[in-house]
Amino acid sequence: MNIFNVTGRYFALMLRVFSRPERHSVYLRQIFNEIENLGVKSVGIVAVISLFMGGIMTLQVAYNMTNPLLPRTLIGLGNRDSLILEFSSTIMGLIMAGKIGSNITSEIGSMKVTEQIDSLEIMGVNSASYLILPKIIAVVLMFPLLYILSVFFGIIGGMIVGPAVGAVTLTDYVNGIQYAFNPYYVTFSLMKCLVFGFLIASIASFFGYTVEGGAFDVGAASTRAVVNTNILILVWDLILTQLLL
Amino acid sequence: MIEIKNIFKSFENKDVLRNISKVFNQGETNLIIGRSGSGKTVLLKSIVGLFEVEGGQILYDNRDFTSMNTRYRKELRQEMGMVFQGGALFDSLTVEENVRFPLDMFSTLSPMEKQKQVDFCLERVNITDANKLSPSEISGGMKKRVAIARAIVMNPKYLFCDEPNSGLDPETSLVIDALIHSITVDLQITTIINTHDMNSVMEIGDNILFISEGEKCWEGNRNEILYSDNQKLQEFVFANKQYQKIRDEKLNDQ
Repeated sequence: MNIFNVTGRYFALMLRVFSRPERHSVYLRQIFNEIENLGVKSVGIVAVISLFMGGIMTLQVAYNMTNPLLPRTLIGLGNRDSLILEFSSTIMGLIMAGKIGSNITSEIGSMKVTEQIDSLEIMGVNSASYLILPKIIAVVLMFPLLYILSVFFGIIGGMIVGPAVGAVTLTDYVNGIQYAFNPYYVTFSLMKCLVFGFLIASIASFFGYTVEGGAFDVGAASTRAVVNTNILILVWDLILTQLLL
Repeated sequence: MIEIKNIFKSFENKDVLRNISKVFNQGETNLIIGRSGSGKTVLLKSIVGLFEVEGGQILYDNRDFTSMNTRYRKELRQEMGMVFQGGALFDSLTVEENVRFPLDMFSTLSPMEKQKQVDFCLERVNITDANKLSPSEISGGMKKRVAIARAIVMNPKYLFCDEPNSGLDPETSLVIDALIHSITVDLQITTIINTHDMNSVMEIGDNILFISEGEKCWEGNRNEILYSDNQKLQEFVFANKQYQKIRDEKLNDQ
């Protein structure tokens, strides 16, 4: 499959996904299910990774800031801005592409190879819309919330680790995270989250929906979905940073 | 009644179905039989529209399915029920939710009426105590029966079964065959079963299409098979020595 063929099939699938749902109440129920499966169940991993990364970034900034003329408040500021601008949106996007993306691809792919999707089609259900649209809506809605949680836990992580190992005092750290705060950075990252959420759910769904064969092919499709999503997240990160920042 | 006329289908320039025509009657169990790889599943999936045919016509009670647009096809599909080889039950739903799914999507019945219909269909297939179980918790035979219940819950006019007995023991296969046959007769629906199970052929084969290498090779009913002089059909149906013995005995009796 060449890139034009894949791109064309992706957009053709998206056209089917964004067509009128058969029964709104069923779709709404599906959206809530997906919010729980893909969003709420990701809170734990987001919290753990962000706590550790916040702590690690705080230590990295502290140990690399050897110039005694630089105020120690910069440690908190550096951690905060790294989290807000890149870590909690882009890096978390890459991690979520692995967790949520592979989940979506394997779920839809398994349904494809066990004829469950054919079964939906025979009933007269638009299987693409029924299976994919709730996932896209759920991930696009939940990813900005996970981003905010990630920023929060990352800052808490730095606040625990920095003073605990003596890299920065709690007062300096707290002053740092409050210093020169630019709210637009959050707005900018929330916009990125919407785009990344869409990319994660739609690309993973595409690779799952188009899988042919058996269990081995579903596994291979999951890998392809994660790799392609990661690349596209980085490409769009570059584009959005240039356009919006 | 479903009529197929001069069906052609190929994959990557390889002809899989060539010029197949047949009338499948209402109220009868219509069987498509043939060796593995003969094109049975492709034919069945072409009839229901999962594969697009390259030539020919598929008529559902004189409504041309092949020339219908997506909207009309969706409407017609609500008159179809299909039982897939592996059951194709939705893993994330319970037995009851699986059967109720088409009603949730398309019917305007009240929740109580839906429940009544679901219970009726599950009773019809002799499943009464597995409503809340998930598909992974029930046996292969039960999965098939749940799939049948789901296929008939919308009171379809057309029922399609792809290898309904595959992976089942002979006793359960007979139960499934009898169930499909009785549903077909009671509800007066047009049923097409894709099988290579000779027990099914001999038990419920009201109207049989035998295909070989993508072509129609023979058609008739289960009684006519015994007297057919079609070499390919005889080799296929009576490959088993037990069946050869039964055939010889029956022919000798006459």
